[in-house]
Amino acid sequence: MSDITASTPTLHGGSPARSAPITAVGPIAWVRANLFSGWLSTAVTLVLGYLIVRAVMGFVDWAFVNAIWSVPVNGNGVAQTQACRELHGTGACWAVVTEKHRFMLFGTYPFEQHWRPALVCLLFVALYIVSSMRSFWNWRLIPIWAGTLTAIGILMWGGVLGLPYVPQERWGGLPITLILATFGLAFAFPLSILVALGRRSNLPAIKALCVLYVELIRGVPLISLLFMASVMFPLFLPEGMNIDKLLRAQIAIILFAGAYLAEVVRAGLQSLPKGQYEAADAMGLSYWQKTGLIILPQALRTVIPPLVNTFIGFFKDTSLVLIIGIFDLLTAGKTAIVEPSWQGFGVEVYVFVGLIYLVFCFAMSKYSQGLEAELNRHRRR
Amino acid sequence: MSDATVDPRFRRKPPKRPLRLSWADERVRGIVWQLVVVGIVGSIIYWLWSNTVHNLEVRRIATGFGFLGREAGLPIAEHLIPYDPTDTYLRALTVGVLNTLKVAVVGIVLATILGTAIGIARLSKNFLVAKIAAFYVEVIRDLPLLLQLLFWYTIMQGLPGPRQALKPLDGVFLSNRGFRLPALVWEGAHTAAVLACLAGIVATWLYARSARAKQMADGQPRRVWPAAIALIIGLPLLVWQAMGAPWAIDWPALRGFNFQGGMSMSPEYAALLIGLVTYTAGFIAEVVRAGILSVSQGQWEAAQALGLRHGPVLRLIVLPQALRVIIPPMTSNYLNLTKNSSLAVAIGYQDIVSIANTTLNQTGQAIEGIAIIMLVYLTISLSISLFMNWYNAKIALVER
Repeated sequence: MSDITASTPTLHGGSPARSAPITAVGPIAWVRANLFSGWLSTAVTLVLGYLIVRAVMGFVDWAFVNAIWSVPVNGNGVAQTQACRELHGTGACWAVVTEKHRFMLFGTYPFEQHWRPALVCLLFVALYIVSSMRSFWNWRLIPIWAGTLTAIGILMWGGVLGLPYVPQERWGGLPITLILATFGLAFAFPLSILVALGRRSNLPAIKALCVLYVELIRGVPLISLLFMASVMFPLFLPEGMNIDKLLRAQIAIILFAGAYLAEVVRAGLQSLPKGQYEAADAMGLSYWQKTGLIILPQALRTVIPPLVNTFIGFFKDTSLVLIIGIFDLLTAGKTAIVEPSWQGFGVEVYVFVGLIYLVFCFAMSKYSQGLEAELNRHRRR
Repeated sequence: MSDATVDPRFRRKPPKRPLRLSWADERVRGIVWQLVVVGIVGSIIYWLWSNTVHNLEVRRIATGFGFLGREAGLPIAEHLIPYDPTDTYLRALTVGVLNTLKVAVVGIVLATILGTAIGIARLSKNFLVAKIAAFYVEVIRDLPLLLQLLFWYTIMQGLPGPRQALKPLDGVFLSNRGFRLPALVWEGAHTAAVLACLAGIVATWLYARSARAKQMADGQPRRVWPAAIALIIGLPLLVWQAMGAPWAIDWPALRGFNFQGGMSMSPEYAALLIGLVTYTAGFIAEVVRAGILSVSQGQWEAAQALGLRHGPVLRLIVLPQALRVIIPPMTSNYLNLTKNSSLAVAIGYQDIVSIANTTLNQTGQAIEGIAIIMLVYLTISLSISLFMNWYNAKIALVER
């Protein structure tokens, strides 16, 4: 008796506390509250449940049960895709992915050197992971970025350390997407800070220039800038001077991203209370001391989540270089199905390419949500 | 604070200090910095400009918009105004602008409806509904739009030919030649009914205004909705009845190798519209959700405590506050949809970018072609933001 009273203490020595009824707590109560709370909710749950089961079964049939994972290749290197065509869309032809994945990931990079772009992709991912850790948010990031980007350049081009030289025209696939996004970010971010500061400046000429730049770029689609880079840029340069297409597209992307990021940074600058500016002035700090030591550290911290969201948009937007014929991941996917024997298997290829984009963007998006919650912790009560 | 309480010394402007020619003077530094920056930007622009002029001379490219009057000779499949390849480039570009507007306007309307529905579904108490909506938003927002457009276009091309066309509903055909839908045969009575409907909307607005003025005067609420239904729905119906109630439907039918009659939607347009609408709806859903969540529960409770019913609470208390949060990001989503419609060039829908691109390839007028594209989008962007800013100012919180 004594151990029972110890485990279920009662207030006035009456009967021990009873557990709540199963209709109020536990899984049954949860199901009742969240799935069958009324006749409408019940009907919706049943209809949706049926549709989900049908859709999942259909997808499993298409993607796994009826799917073909490889096809024979004859002596000329032409794949025999009759088996796939006989499916008539009832099953996926993943053979196109197993056969073409090296081409989609690395483009026309020399086949026996594929470990180099693969290593470059891993270096990029490592760079992203390191940059996302808060313990690295200080000056150490600058040498880390500089070092990694140099290593990536050496790996891609080669020509030193016994690596054969690979001209830039042969690069392609995922490394191009990551290069466009990362270098674009590395240059657009400092540019955007300067433009955002310029837009908040008291000097009318500088302010006007920054407003003009931001509003012009934000008013036109990225495609028109990319067309400009591919068609008009050669006209801008002196005769004989030629910049390759990738670099021109990269410049267009930097200018584009700079304008959008500048607006995000400006929001952060505006969110700081005026007292911070006035206190810094009162201490006699110069403009750059005030900006570098007081304003930017606080302003940037508040806009990190929207900055990450802008990065996601910007990572996706690098796929637009397809239109001016640069060989990024999406272009490589689209080119892989030009070959007659693989024509008509676009859905499988786009699912594969989409999954790669999804992994990168989903990771960034979850990171941004986590960060937002963490940075807002002091506001929560 | 009224003026009388302010010490007059504080209202006086500080005396103007004479400009001291020294680096220590803030204004001198400001002028020098501005001159330096403007000088650098100006000289870069001058350098690019002189290079361009020189290059154009060397390549013997004539600048100017004279090419707009020449015969275009480029075929355009879809046109809202009559067009023939023998028409001028100017007309071809106008067709392109109209095609851009066609997809942008329809896309904005559909994306708003779909996005609002998904945004509300994400807040549903039903677990299944909320999770499906969340899954949709997450996946759609994490894939590049261009990839989605190519995907939809591949699906459109994978549809069976006209002879084996899918028939999800009677009179609706889905084939690799596009969608065919039944269309109403348009007659004078329909135009009259539409005009009557517009007149009814104006009359309802006037009636609602006078009803509100009367309520302000005597405090008695007056019902507006019976008059609104009579004026907006009843009046057009009456006009339509009076003019003989024509109701002829043009059903599409297979003749030979393609469909005749009905309304058609090309595979390119359908793929672009589906892609843009589903993509933008994912973003609009998040905007709507944030807007609804921004109105605190206390607002609902306070309104109910005042004795208002559910409808008026939503209309008078919650929606005006939620809209204030929703409108600015909604504007940028509309602008994004319009700018994203330029991706049409990748799947062969002939919008302004596609036609201007063909024009600049045919004529070699690169600068003019890109200037036209940019000008068109700047004009559309500015019009949308002006309208939305006006609307935003109208519903914005009036603070003292």
